[in-house]
Amino acid sequence: MPKIFNNLLSFKGGVHPKEYKYLTSSLPFERIPTPSKIILPLSQNIGAPSTPIVNKKDEVFAGQLIATQNGPISAPIYSPVSGNVLSIGIEDTVSSFAKESITIKSNENSEMELFPKLDLINISDKEICKRVQMAGIVGLGGAAFPTYFKLTPPKDKIIDYVILNGCECEPYLTRDYRLMIERPKDLIAGLKLIMKALNLEKGAIGIEDNKQDAIDILQNLVKDDNSIKIFSLKTKYPQGAEKMLIKAILNREVPPGKLPFDVGVAIQNIGTAIAIYEAVYLGMPLISASLTVSGLGIKTPKNLIVPIGTPLIDILEYCGGIKEDAKRVVVGGPMMGITQHNLNAPIMKATSGILVLTEKEINQFDETNCLRCGKCIEVCPVNLTPTKLARFSQLGRISEAEENGILNCMECGTCAYVCPANIPLVQWIAFGKKKLSLAKKAV
Amino acid sequence: MSETISIINPKLEIARSPHVHSKWSTKQAMWLVIIALIPTIISSLLFFGISQFSIIATSVCFAMLTEAIIKNVRKQPISIDDGSVIITGILLALILPPNFSLVSTAIGAVVAVGIGKEVFGGLGFNIFNPALVGRAFLQAAFPVSITTWTEPSFTDAVSSATPLSLMKFDNKFESINNLLVGNVGGSLGETSAIAILIGAIFLLATGVINYRVPLAMILSAVIFGGIFWLIDPLHFPNPLFHLLAGGFLLGAIFMATDWVTSPLYSKGMWIYGIAISILVILIRLFGGLPEGVMYSILLLNGFVPLINKYTKPQIFGEGK
Repeated sequence: MPKIFNNLLSFKGGVHPKEYKYLTSSLPFERIPTPSKIILPLSQNIGAPSTPIVNKKDEVFAGQLIATQNGPISAPIYSPVSGNVLSIGIEDTVSSFAKESITIKSNENSEMELFPKLDLINISDKEICKRVQMAGIVGLGGAAFPTYFKLTPPKDKIIDYVILNGCECEPYLTRDYRLMIERPKDLIAGLKLIMKALNLEKGAIGIEDNKQDAIDILQNLVKDDNSIKIFSLKTKYPQGAEKMLIKAILNREVPPGKLPFDVGVAIQNIGTAIAIYEAVYLGMPLISASLTVSGLGIKTPKNLIVPIGTPLIDILEYCGGIKEDAKRVVVGGPMMGITQHNLNAPIMKATSGILVLTEKEINQFDETNCLRCGKCIEVCPVNLTPTKLARFSQLGRISEAEENGILNCMECGTCAYVCPANIPLVQWIAFGKKKLSLAKKAV
Repeated sequence: MSETISIINPKLEIARSPHVHSKWSTKQAMWLVIIALIPTIISSLLFFGISQFSIIATSVCFAMLTEAIIKNVRKQPISIDDGSVIITGILLALILPPNFSLVSTAIGAVVAVGIGKEVFGGLGFNIFNPALVGRAFLQAAFPVSITTWTEPSFTDAVSSATPLSLMKFDNKFESINNLLVGNVGGSLGETSAIAILIGAIFLLATGVINYRVPLAMILSAVIFGGIFWLIDPLHFPNPLFHLLAGGFLLGAIFMATDWVTSPLYSKGMWIYGIAISILVILIRLFGGLPEGVMYSILLLNGFVPLINKYTKPQIFGEGK
């Protein structure tokens, strides 16, 4: 459609995959019973893995620090349950890599240690950052970047806007939506803390217009507050990608290879804002994850609050188990999530969803030659030519791939989603990016 | 709680994201094009007689046969069911004159698929529109029979002229009403503008074709043709005539929009469409031939790589 017909805030390109949000959108969060075993990978965030400070057989209690921050880009880890350390060793994780992990056998004790109370009225920006760092909070939108680091930007970056990402543009997922409608006050409080930590006057929440009730609730809550604005955005994947969100709300374009900081914006996820609220107001470390369990292949889809480190199998069984025709178990959304082969792998801090997909939803068919139909180009939100990039990667012509901007690809999957020839474009592009980075290292 | 799920489940697939796919597939898009051609096929049978079906059938059969043989020789999987070769066969038939020799039709179909498509490596790799390659070959090989036009009728074949040759050689303009309905001389599928437009609406609505190339061609023909008409309305036809006469609409909707042989980028699509129409009008008004759609599209097909090279859009965030 030509631009003139489109007066909603949005970006160029994108797709409308079938949402399937109805499966879980009306279901309030449930807390699952404490699992008998918890596996905590030491690397749950971008950056360095945490350093364990407990030993095998040690007794731990819920909320106890068990691994400390290691270097500037890292985060501490707390035990979500009381119990005994069963082992410290390599375990499969949902990130498709096996990682060093602490396994804890839980007991019935449900006591929990909280952080000391803060003076919430006179709290300073430094205190907020300190508490966020202490609580081990990472970006819960999926990237898992340590949050305190994002709250203390380099001095030369001038930030004037913080945006909470309430798009939840991935199909199926309803975690952020449920948080917005179940805990809107906590969310606004979390946003205020972020604004205070960054010394900002202006905050915004961007929400796709398929979540109108969330928009209304939040709008109503901030109607007397000039510092926070709620933006209704066109429902389109990948509206929740940072660059697309900033473009839609502020009409600023983050240049290739740059971060939102570079255009004066800090972005935080809805879940992260809630975690910040819990850390500062309630003294809670980040020990549980809210997530959506959905897909046509799970018996009873649910929105759950789950201790971090709970194996997938416990969660799937709590949801009634997987159906006969289940084809893929995906952690994350269907557009960017990772398929799982070992259901003993634990969910991590930034896990936002577990999907069990059937043949019908996946809609696979045989790959054909590229027909140069240009659909991948039309939908690419960052204006790349995915078919060419994939071809260059395939042929090993890495320098040409780089010239054509392969490093700008965020692997959102939009191109592969529409490709009528069903070429695994994302896979080829990711392969090319990997090759390019290896080639650069070799130089 | 249900029975325990096995922890390592061999039935579960490991695959790269995305884990969902749109309803789009090559096969489905090709069959939609075939559906969109049905009104035009019906119009050709209606105006030139049911016997013309033999031309379409011959063309499609030989196109499919050629592809099957070549795929077999090259030990590649036979891909006839993707529908693209059927489209080539139908399109070739629709741009041949009524009562055209079946032997020549078969030769055209073999050339269209063999030389137009398979020598380049098959679907997706050809530079030129295969149906037009076949037609261009026939034009060179059988110049007389391919320009022998039959008057639309249900009875005996009567030789007639096309609206474009009337315009060119006799300076007579066919009425717009006749052109819309298709009750004029011409190739099998090009005469009925209404039938083609029904197909066009279908293709645009289903999203198989992009609006840019047809729109660029139409606007360009109206503006460029209109300039000559304003200069000398007695000598030059009005712009609407250009749109409705000859193979313009059939070309704009079904040939120039061919995924494989048209530009990748939106800016390129505009350039391509505009250039085709300028060439069409120049050939029609000043060239030796009455019609120029085929050569214009083929010529621009050759420019597509160059157009793509210079119309690559700026990557997101790379300055405004």
